[in-house]
Amino acid sequence: MMYQVRDLRLSLPDMTRKPLLGSAPRIEILRGLTFDVPRGAVLGIVGGSGSGKSTLGRAMLRLLEPTGGSITFEGTDITHLTENQLRPMRHRFQMIFQDPMSSLNPRRRVGGIIAGPLKLHGMDRLTTRVDEALDLVGLPRSFARRFPHELSGGQRQRVGIARAIALRPDFILADEIVSGLDVSSQAQVLNLLGGLVKELGLTLAFISHDLSVIRRLCNRTLVLHQGEIVEEGETAQLFEAPQAAYTRELLQAIPLPDPYQEWA
Amino acid sequence: MRDARGEVRRPIGLRLWLSGGWLTLLVLGALLAPWVAPKDPLMQDLFLGRMPPFWVAGTEPGYWLGTDSLGRDVLSRILYGTRLALIVALVAGTLTCLIGATLGLIAGYYRGWPDRIISRFVDIWMAFPPVLFAILLIAVLGPGLVSIIIAIVVIDWTRFARVVRAEAMSQGAMDYVASAQVAGRTRFGTMLTEILPNVLPTIVALLTLEMGIAVIVEAILSFVNLSISTDSPTWGGMIAEGRTSVHQAWWVLVFPLITLFLTVLSFSQLGEGLKDRFDPVLR
Ligand SMILES: Nc1ncnc2c1ncn2[C@@H]1O[C@H](COP(=O)(O)OP(=O)(O)OP(=O)(O)O)[C@@H](O)[C@H]1O
Ligand SMILES: [Mg+2]
Repeated sequence: MMYQVRDLRLSLPDMTRKPLLGSAPRIEILRGLTFDVPRGAVLGIVGGSGSGKSTLGRAMLRLLEPTGGSITFEGTDITHLTENQLRPMRHRFQMIFQDPMSSLNPRRRVGGIIAGPLKLHGMDRLTTRVDEALDLVGLPRSFARRFPHELSGGQRQRVGIARAIALRPDFILADEIVSGLDVSSQAQVLNLLGGLVKELGLTLAFISHDLSVIRRLCNRTLVLHQGEIVEEGETAQLFEAPQAAYTRELLQAIPLPDPYQEWA
Repeated sequence: MRDARGEVRRPIGLRLWLSGGWLTLLVLGALLAPWVAPKDPLMQDLFLGRMPPFWVAGTEPGYWLGTDSLGRDVLSRILYGTRLALIVALVAGTLTCLIGATLGLIAGYYRGWPDRIISRFVDIWMAFPPVLFAILLIAVLGPGLVSIIIAIVVIDWTRFARVVRAEAMSQGAMDYVASAQVAGRTRFGTMLTEILPNVLPTIVALLTLEMGIAVIVEAILSFVNLSISTDSPTWGGMIAEGRTSVHQAWWVLVFPLITLFLTVLSFSQLGEGLKDRFDPVLR
């Protein structure tokens, strides 16, 4: 198992309702999640806005510290590790962010953006590795000298992918990475990601609220609703015979192409 | 997949040329004052008092911008005054920037208790009226170059701290900071290598502005006679003297005033010009 998540709970203080004296009341965002991510899986995480998808992702990457339960990554309990303890293993789980503009430092060149994490983990042959990463995501090597604002949205998102895969991680979390792109770049980025997962043998968690995207890319799917898992299973099965009412609701809300539909 | 976007070189703007040119001229004038100043700035010659500038009839050759009521050469005095103005601008500006920007960066990026301490300190500090504060300080420290510099730093570091804090805070919320954490960069390393380069344009703009302000403050303090002793020439001192005889000898007032104006303007434009030229992010 790549990830074993057991009764994961996370609450944050709600600063808007903080009384003048004393501490703010806490809002429960994740309310006891239990699931596994098998090695080599492509796990889709769906759910409505505010259901806690991003929070779950950030907890799995330990950008947030859980308030209860446990997260085990390849046999290591990372639930409460300190930043110093996490650092040596951080190259093994990476993340691709939703907004490619704000996730790329605007005053660094693409080459530096990709090479930065490599340098931190003491890797050698930086230029070669940067070139390889650019090749893998289908960007010309000359783009290494560009600044993020000199790229299109789809190209920026490819840089985000290149930065994550250059470290050769075991696991990648992709949080809504195509929601800011137009339909044709969406398809390109998704194809690319699907190819990379096979080519590099990655384990991927793919957060999205778009079920048609999940259906194409993921072999397992987890449905999140108000911080709880309402359904989890094989993607094909889940789409064929959804068990939870919430899943059926989600499925009805999206227009899935129906091959047998007659022309009116 | 080749397009020209990456290759466009922006021309050096007129703004940068003019402001940079004037300030270079000033620096050269200050460094070379003993060689380029036509006369001794302190030498009095009562027979040559209130001589008009060179283009007006009836002047003595060599006194390009005329003389003051004591017969001292205005051009030479401006040149020597430049030394003091630039020292104050550079030293006070840099110190103010270092102290204020460092505290602002730490408060804005680390937030939590460092922010609470620094912000509270800034609030209390700003409750004092600045000019009163400066005059009080100099009254205690006694007039002199060091006192002026200390007064400027003590009053103005809060401006840097506040602006840089706000900027660092908004940069800190960007995903590229989270991305640095995912990559395993330390908090401190992230502050220096990710946040600072993005706050730097703001800091440079504030720094050049502060240098202009320092020149004005020095002039004001000289004007009210709280600056350096009266015999070393200062722009503010010259303006104060010129004001009393503006009807008989306008040039004694006007030339230092123009110099002061151009210098302050150049400093403020330099920051904008540098940003246009060197900031890779087009705004
Ligand atoms: N720093 C925070 N402080 C307080 N509440 C927060 C914080 N971050 C998120 N929340 C709350 O937690 C809940 C889950 O947020 P999260 O970002 O995980 O949702 P999401 O499923 O990713 O939604 P979306 O699809 O809109 O991205 C939301 O109700 C949100 O308001
Ligand atoms: Mg989200």
